[in-house]
This record gives sequence, structure tokens and C-alpha cells, in this order.
Amino acid sequence: MRLRLVPKETSIDFFSRWKIWLGISGLLVVLAFASYALQGLNFGIDFRGGTTIRTESTQPLDVGVYRDALAALELGDVAISEVFDPTFGPDQNVAQIRIQAQEGEESVSGDVVAAVGDALSAVDPGLKLPFPSVESVGPKVSGELIQTAIIAVLLAIGAVLIYIWLRFEWQFALGAVAALVHDVILTIGIFSELQIRFDLAIIAALLTIVGYSLNDTVVVFDRVRENLRKYKKRPLAEVLNLSINETLSRTVMTSVTTLLALISLFVLGGDVIRGFVFAMIWGVIVGTYSSIFVASAILLYLGVKRDWSKQSASAGTQFGAADGGTQYDIPERFRSKDAPGAAKKADGGKKGSDDASDGGGGGDD
Amino acid sequence: MLKIEGWKRVLIWGVVLFGLLLAVPNGFYGQVERSNDAEARIEAGFEDAETLTAAAGWPSWMPSGLVNLGLDLRGGAHLLAEVRLEEVYETRLDAFWPELRDALRPERDAVGTIRLQESDGTSLRVRISRPEGIARAMEIARSLATPLQSLTGALQSDIDVSADGDILIIRLSEAERAATDDRTMAQTLEIIRRRIDAAGTREPTIQRQGERRVLIQVPGIGSAQEIKDLIGVPALLTFQPVVGRTTDPEAVPGVGNELLPSADSREDGIFYILERTPVVTGETLVNAQPSFDQNGNPSVDFRFNTTGARDFCDYTSANIGSPFAIVLDSEVVSAPTIQSAICGGSGQITGSFTIEESTQLAILLRAGSLPAGLDFLEERTVGPDLGQDSIDAGTIACIVAFIAVLIFMGLSYGLFGLFANVALIINVGLIFGLLSSLGATLTLPGIAGIVLTIGMAVDANVLIFERIREELKTAKGPARAIELGYEKALSAIIDANITTFITAVILWLMGSGPVQGFAVTLGLGIVTSVFTAIFVTRLLIVIWFERARPKTVEV
Repeated sequence: MRLRLVPKETSIDFFSRWKIWLGISGLLVVLAFASYALQGLNFGIDFRGGTTIRTESTQPLDVGVYRDALAALELGDVAISEVFDPTFGPDQNVAQIRIQAQEGEESVSGDVVAAVGDALSAVDPGLKLPFPSVESVGPKVSGELIQTAIIAVLLAIGAVLIYIWLRFEWQFALGAVAALVHDVILTIGIFSELQIRFDLAIIAALLTIVGYSLNDTVVVFDRVRENLRKYKKRPLAEVLNLSINETLSRTVMTSVTTLLALISLFVLGGDVIRGFVFAMIWGVIVGTYSSIFVASAILLYLGVKRDWSKQSASAGTQFGAADGGTQYDIPERFRSKDAPGAAKKADGGKKGSDDASDGGGGGDD
Repeated sequence: MLKIEGWKRVLIWGVVLFGLLLAVPNGFYGQVERSNDAEARIEAGFEDAETLTAAAGWPSWMPSGLVNLGLDLRGGAHLLAEVRLEEVYETRLDAFWPELRDALRPERDAVGTIRLQESDGTSLRVRISRPEGIARAMEIARSLATPLQSLTGALQSDIDVSADGDILIIRLSEAERAATDDRTMAQTLEIIRRRIDAAGTREPTIQRQGERRVLIQVPGIGSAQEIKDLIGVPALLTFQPVVGRTTDPEAVPGVGNELLPSADSREDGIFYILERTPVVTGETLVNAQPSFDQNGNPSVDFRFNTTGARDFCDYTSANIGSPFAIVLDSEVVSAPTIQSAICGGSGQITGSFTIEESTQLAILLRAGSLPAGLDFLEERTVGPDLGQDSIDAGTIACIVAFIAVLIFMGLSYGLFGLFANVALIINVGLIFGLLSSLGATLTLPGIAGIVLTIGMAVDANVLIFERIREELKTAKGPARAIELGYEKALSAIIDANITTFITAVILWLMGSGPVQGFAVTLGLGIVTSVFTAIFVTRLLIVIWFERARPKTVEV
């Protein structure tokens, strides 16, 4: 008996309401922007400079008492939050203190950390010293980190845009990139909405989401490409639907295994990386959704070049019939086995670079 | 049809075994670490029974590379410092002044009397009393320049000489500044390394980053302040002639002199006027040890090298009865009066030290002074307990994730799922093997990368298995279906993984520290998961197929 999350044969119509799905995604993107505009991101010290101190005490802690104790030090903006985690023992009471970057100083001086230690141990006899962790980033470095992070995300998006463009067609590349821009914006949106701390590790998570979302999109697109060659006369919407249905089982399987792993990390991995893991879980869900409802829907909207030579009904493609550029080339083995009829029609012109790896795979046996 | 040649099988198993062998030492982390440390000590010439036993704790024929744990896991301090390179220019120019003065003096007829002007530290300004002689003065100054080879190969002078009316202006040339910067950075790195080594911490990382930054990572230190105390001070020791003493902090010391405060707590509010050019500097010290003076107060004993000893001897013989100052980082530690010529080459620094301070000062003097001051831009410390907590939590999360995925795959694909599981286990082993052999650093986000890989690694297998299912539907023989499944899934696997790999590479290039650690495990995970999916599971399936010869297969 097999566990089957997706029935053997599915024929779900994903595109009967594709405009609605695109609309919903558009709306979510707008909401993400609105949240960002209204509250902004809760930047960690990596990006705004300042100091975070993690405290641990055997005594139950009172954030108010801590705040009063630190107020006397006149450190400017001080934020204190208690940290809860199922992995903590009963006498582990952890708090996170964030202190703004001090005037005229690059990194926090040891004196400030020592003063905080003195002030807190005066009100909390159970306080552990030295602090479990102290991080301090000067304004100079945090400025550079923001810059690097933005460049990294743009570079990643640009690089995959080019890669998919080379391997597929520009419509695919646009669809894929639209999907991952969508994912990145929604992730930033949820961080803004929930005010989860946004630091350097989240950028790593964002890039991973870019990678995962692409992974998913590419698998669907790969099948679309294959089916476009196979079924030359079926409308694009049908081919897309067929491709998504065929890959649905895999999409769900991979998302579930990845989520299983991530959720165990979210629950058991400790609070230090919880934000990071949350971003990835969110990214996997959004990424899976977007590869079907954004990437494919955009592909449907843009249309793709079909390699039938005779003009035929191109339902579902709005611009597809209009441009007749390069034609898809069909590998030999596909012609004989899968689409014998098509093979005769297709002119064996140039061997596309898009089949380079197929050839490599065939050479294995 | 469904065949893999013999040599390929050997190769695949060989790679797997080799990779797993590289991962083995991590299973015995403490033991291997002790053994490696002991071997390093033996290499350095320490050989005792204890070390030999420890070294024998891990067989020498086994690989002994370990995954480096990042600071967020093992605890330690991470500091990013910027070097104030401009300070060195000023020192360079100051040192040029006596040379220039001596060269201009014999030409008094042409240039008149010369006088050093106040400057902003980027240039040396000299006024001559005969403006018409400025051309001659410039000529003389230029004759003192040393040619130096620039990167482009063109010969350049180390100084730029210009004039403004009756003022001769000397600046360091661009090429000289670049060369000075490189020298300063090299010296800074070396001195930081010596100071940290002297403090006896293990495996510090001290790297130059970019033009003017130094990254310092010291594992096992509880607070960054300890390191900052150690490397944050220049520890520039000089012996300077005393011109006068004052209580006025605004006193004008005069050109060529400077006003420095006293560091002695018993001399609060006292300032010394000193000649700017030192008699001897700390660079001529060969040794420094903490000790006690005749009153039992902590002090530091030091020894000059021959040049230093001679200069000090000459100066003290000529100036008996006048005071000289021992200056450390622009504060006068003490200003004794010269009782007699000191020619033995050794001396003692006394002042109001605590024992800790005198010990620290001795270390700093031994290691040498930093050529320029440091600004700390970033510091992160993680206590070893928090690091251990993270390792524990990460390990548990990894194991749970692993088991969950194994069960899920088994339930979903049956026997084939089992093959995928074997491949997954090998996959994780290979990641650790690669991490160890590359000497890569495992960070907390890196652990997350491994967990993510566990989740995503099955993707390639899922793609293949789903494809085989589809091919089976079209009622081809099982062997053909499996073969087609692999063949047709390949392009999706390659495309999907290359795109993810691109993002991992970008992360690695742009990221730092923990983020880079994540990129490394993610990237390696992609490589190993593609390898295990395409080769290992395939080989397992082929072997099974050959033995069982099934008429039908269920995936």
C-alpha cells in the first residue's frame, strides 16, 4: 500500500480562473508593499547598526525591570524582548536587548556592554555573565551590508533570468522571474506585517527561496517544453494544464519532504535561527503556489512560440501566433518514440542548446 | 538495456566509499581533535608521553580532516577592524624632516634659514627665508626622493615636491601611499597575530579584508573585549627628551615638540612638553618581561637590541642630570632623571601599574607596536554554551528531519523509496566528507542548509520516480520504463539544480561568515544530491533489477 498525496491521475483545471489567481497574487503583492510602506521592516542590527545582547538568567525575568535598570544608562533607543523556546530548560530565561548605534562610535565599546551587565545583575541576581552573545555592528558596516544584500538578491535574479532565457525562451524566463520576484516580495511583506526581525540570515533565506521557487518552476516548465513538442496542436492552456497535472505529484512530494525537514528545524532548531527557518517555510509554500499560479499563468498570458507551421486556432495564446521565430527542435529519440507524426513535420534544423543535457543523460547507458 | 558497466560501478562505489571515509572522523570529533592537536604539537617539537598517547588516539592512516565549527557553534569572538592608514603617512613625513633639514642646512646661502610649519598631517611644510631660493630647495628635496617601482612598472618617486610661495611642500606620492598601505596592512596582521598567539588562544583566524580591514576570529573567547584590550592599542613605546613640565593642558609646546599627559595616577593633571623625535623606540626592544621594581611595585623589564642599546647609551651619556620620558601610546608612563649613562642595553619601566597591566604591557611590547590605530567596525561574540545549545538543537532537528523524510519516502515509493533513503544517507555522509576535506566551516545557518538539503535532496529521486510511474502507465516493460524515467527526468534535474546552484554561488560570493557557511552546505548538498540521485540510486536499482528480474515493478 502506497501513501499517495496526489491521486494517480489528476486533471485539475488550473487555468479556468487564471486571471483571478493572477489578480490575487497582484493583490497580495500590493498588500506586501502597503505593509512595508506603513510599518517598514524590523531591521536587525546587521542593517541598522547597533548592539544586540542576549541575556540569560535563572530567575524569571521581568522586561519592565530590565527596561528601568537600563534607562539610567541613557543609551538612547533600547528594545527588550523576552525569548521563548521549547528547547529551553525551566531555569533558562532568555531576553534579547537591542541598543541603538551610539553617537560617534563605530562599534559598541566594551564599557557599554559592561555597564549593561552591571545594571542588569543589580536587579537580577540570576543573570549569567558574560552574556551568551553580544553582537555589535557599526553604521559603516551595516550600510555596506544593506548594499551587498540588495546586490546579491538582484544578481541572483538576474543570473537565473539569463540562465532560463538561454535554456528555454524569454517568455519562460519572464514567467519564472515574475514568480520569484512575487515570492521575494511576499516574504518581505510577511516579515514587515509580522514585524519579525530582518537580518543578514534572512537575506540568505530569501536567496534560498529564489532557488527553491525556481527549482519548482523549472520542473514545470521543463515539462511544458516537452509537451509543447509532443502536442503541437493543443491550445497552450491545455498543454500547461496537462504539464502541471503531470508534475503535480512531484511538486507536492518535494514540497512535503522539504517542509517536513524545515518544520522539524523550526520546532527543534532553537530560537536563534527560527526567523530564518520561518522565511524558508513561507518561501516553500509561496514558491510552490507561484510556480503554478504565477509563472505558468504569465506564460499563458505571454504565449509561447509554437512550432506548427500551419496557422491554427491558438486559443489561450494572445500573442503566440503573432511571432514566429526560431522553432523548437525535437531530439531524435522523441521523434520516433513519442511523437512520430510530429517528427515528420519538424524540420531538423538547428540542434537547440536547450537539449544539451538530455544528450548527456542518454550517453550514460 | 538497464545496465551499468563494471568500471562505472567500481567508480561510483569508490567515490561513495571515499567520501564516507572522509566523513568518518566527524563521528569521533573530540578524539580526532585531540589527536590532531597532539600531532601539531609533535610537529612543533614538543614530544612527551601524554602527547604521544593523544596522537595515537586516532590512527594516522585514517583521514583526520574535521568539519570546522563556525564561531556561532563553538563560541568565540569575531571582530572586524579598520586600520587608520593615514596615521602612517604622518609618521613617514615626520621621519623625513630631519633628513630634509640636514640636506637644506648646507645650502643656507641659497635658501636662507628653514623653519618647519604646522601641517594637517598629510604634508610636510617648510618655510625658507629666501623665497627666490625655492627652486633650489625643491631640487634638493627631490634629490632625497627614492625611486620606487609602481605596479605598472613605471618608476615613480616616493614623494611629490611642490612649492607655495616661500613654503616647500612635501607629500607622499600616490605610489608610495599604496606601497605604504600594503606594508602597514602586512605589519598590522603580523602584529595582531603575534599578540593573539602570545595570549595562547587556539586557531585564531586573522585575515585582511579589502583595502584596509582586518577580520579577526578567535574561537573559545567569552568576550570580544578581551581581544580588543589585546589588539586595540598601538603599544607604541618611545623614549623622548623632556623639554618641560606643566599643568596647563592648553600650553603651546612649540614646533617640533609635543604636549602629552602623564599616565601616572599620582601625577594627575600634569603634562609634559617633549621633543617630538624619539631617542629610541619600542621597535628596538628584543624582550620584555613583567617584574617588580625595588619598591615591590609591578613593572616591566626590557632589553634593547644593539642599535637601541647604542643610541640609548649615547643619549644618556650626553644628558646626565636631565629627565627623559618613557611614552606609551601618547601618554607619559614615567619621566625619570638620567642618573648615569645606561649602556647595559636593558632597563625597567615603572609607573602605576597593576600586575595584570604589567603582564599585558610586556606581551604588547614583545609583539611589537601596531603601525597604525584600529577602529572596530563590527564585533560578535557567542558564548560556548549558546554554541553548544545550537549544535544540540541543530543535531536533534537534523535527525528528526532525516527520520521524517526517510519514513515519508518509504511510505510513498516502497522499495524505490528505500533506495532513495540509502542514497539520502550516503548524501549526508558525502556532504560531511566534502566539508571536512575542503576544510569548510559549518555554521548554524549551515546546519539549516543541511536540513534543507535533506528535504530537497530527494527531489531528484522524486522527479525520477514520478517519471518512471508515468512511463509505466504507457505499458512499456519495467526495464524500459526505468530507463526512460531516468533519461527524461534528467533535463529537469539539471536545470532545477543549476539554478539553485547559481544562487548558492552568489550567496557564497556576496555573503560573509554564517551566511557563507549556509551557501557552502547548500552548494555541496546540490552537488552530492545530484550525484546520489543520478548514479547511486540508479546503481542500486540496476543491481536489484538484475537479481530480482521482476516482471512488473511498482514505484
